[in-house]
Amino acid sequence: MIWNETKECMSRDEIRNLQSARLVKMVNRVYHNVEFYRKKMQEMGIEPGDINGIEDLSKLPFTTKEDLRNNYPFGLFAVPQSEIVRIHASSGTTGKATVVGYTRKDIALWQECVARVLAMAGIGPQDKIQVAYGYGLFTGGLGLHYGAENLGATVIPMSTGNTQKLITMMLDFGATAIACTPSYLLHIAETLEEAGQIDNIKLKVAICGAEPWTDNMRREIEQKLHIKAFDIYGLSEILGPGVAADCEYHKGLHVYEDHFIPEIINPETLEPCREGEVGELVFTTLTKEALPLFRYRTKDLTSISYDKCECGRTLARISRFKGRSDDMLIIRGVNVFPSQIETALLEIAEVSPHYMMIVDRINNLDTLEVQVEVEERFFSDEIKELEGLTKKIAHALQNAIGLAVKVKLVEPKTIERSEGKAKRVIDKRKLI
Amino acid sequence: MVIKQLSVFIENRKGRLEEVTEVLRNKNINIASFSLADTAEYGLLRMVVSDPEEAKKALTEDGFSAKLTEVLAVKIAQRPGTLHAVLKKFADEDISVEYMYTLATAGKDTSIIMKTSNLEAALKLLETNGYEVCTAKEAYEINNFDDK
Repeated sequence: MIWNETKECMSRDEIRNLQSARLVKMVNRVYHNVEFYRKKMQEMGIEPGDINGIEDLSKLPFTTKEDLRNNYPFGLFAVPQSEIVRIHASSGTTGKATVVGYTRKDIALWQECVARVLAMAGIGPQDKIQVAYGYGLFTGGLGLHYGAENLGATVIPMSTGNTQKLITMMLDFGATAIACTPSYLLHIAETLEEAGQIDNIKLKVAICGAEPWTDNMRREIEQKLHIKAFDIYGLSEILGPGVAADCEYHKGLHVYEDHFIPEIINPETLEPCREGEVGELVFTTLTKEALPLFRYRTKDLTSISYDKCECGRTLARISRFKGRSDDMLIIRGVNVFPSQIETALLEIAEVSPHYMMIVDRINNLDTLEVQVEVEERFFSDEIKELEGLTKKIAHALQNAIGLAVKVKLVEPKTIERSEGKAKRVIDKRKLI
Repeated sequence: MVIKQLSVFIENRKGRLEEVTEVLRNKNINIASFSLADTAEYGLLRMVVSDPEEAKKALTEDGFSAKLTEVLAVKIAQRPGTLHAVLKKFADEDISVEYMYTLATAGKDTSIIMKTSNLEAALKLLETNGYEVCTAKEAYEINNFDDK
């Protein structure tokens, strides 16, 4: 179902015109209300009058996570604090948290975007949706919550932290939809299997995000639970969840271009990439009031397509992410994305989707060990079968990443499960 | 004729082997015979136990990867040359032996657990050549001196 047909199915010309009009207004407002950007533009010799449409977008400065941290906590807000009705902060694994703010209209915008996402996944007022992202400073829980309420669905605010309760309510309430990280959903599926309850659930659809996940993982989820799973993308700096999402064709995530202008740039040269070329995803917010951002560098690596989708939407699509430039590992001089390992592992039926990469440096040489759990169904009573499996996995991984990998088979359930973002890499090297 | 052997995957770290035997003890399950194959990272414990289904269930619930495999137990006399005779029969018929270990060795006869490439063909061959095999019941109850 298309929540907002006018905005989601405009022609490319209409999109461009709308973006241009909004960009001009936004630049004016930001210049006069955000000291950081005014100073930057003055340094660059640019005035609001120089921006007449989206063709002038590249004249604007980039923004990075450092800029937000350097202006912690509220230095980049464009409105007085009395107009801020919500604060969120990102999970930030290093350094200070990234703080973001929202006016009433920003919250309404967020609700609109998430409603679009849910409608796109076929969710409606007849659905009971468990929101199992963390509630609190993290944008996931409240973002999905408000969006689902806006949609009119029956929202069950589970948050994370009590899988037993979630499952009990899933069964007792007959929940038909769930929003959580894909790794947590697999954990829930396992728990249901163990309890012999997996056929008793009424779940039809899942909205998964907050961490990167592969097509193979989606298939695994869909097969285990007999549901459809959709990808939701977002980042708190731009909005929270709901910047882009999957339609039923799963051929890229539709970006809500009436509110965010996506660009793909070469992270080294900062030049724009061609359509279809992989580069760093950059966003400019068009309608946000509290924290409008110019050309925010997301560090997510993807490509963009402006072709019309089979679903009827004309909104540009970003491809499945190739990784983040800061998830990337360099092992013996080779770039390695954990997602490559995951894809290769999920091709092998005997291996469960739980794995751990252990990177170390022994005698000045980088080593990579991948621990994989042996699925009970495929465990063998013969050493030669297990050795064969180990070799098969090592071979597949070597093909995937171009590096020799040590594979260690481990007992089921020994790799830690997660409720939030899955930790897949233990890097024991002290590189700093 | 066909015996259900229990195999358990055990990571090579402290306490795992002991944990397996504790689970069996708690269920009052007897190990009639076993073989422990080891590699650098893990071991494969193969056992003939008094209640294979229950043992598998208990071990799986305790988080182990456990599996039941079909094997046979052939009875041969305890004197030089008898093992060779059996193995030669198998080799001549292109039946390979994946692994073997003794089940019981008391008295004139011994019984040898074997996993073969083709269990049906192996059993038929043994029957044709006048060998006796243990029944499943015999195998599960052997070597159990627990006072009931």
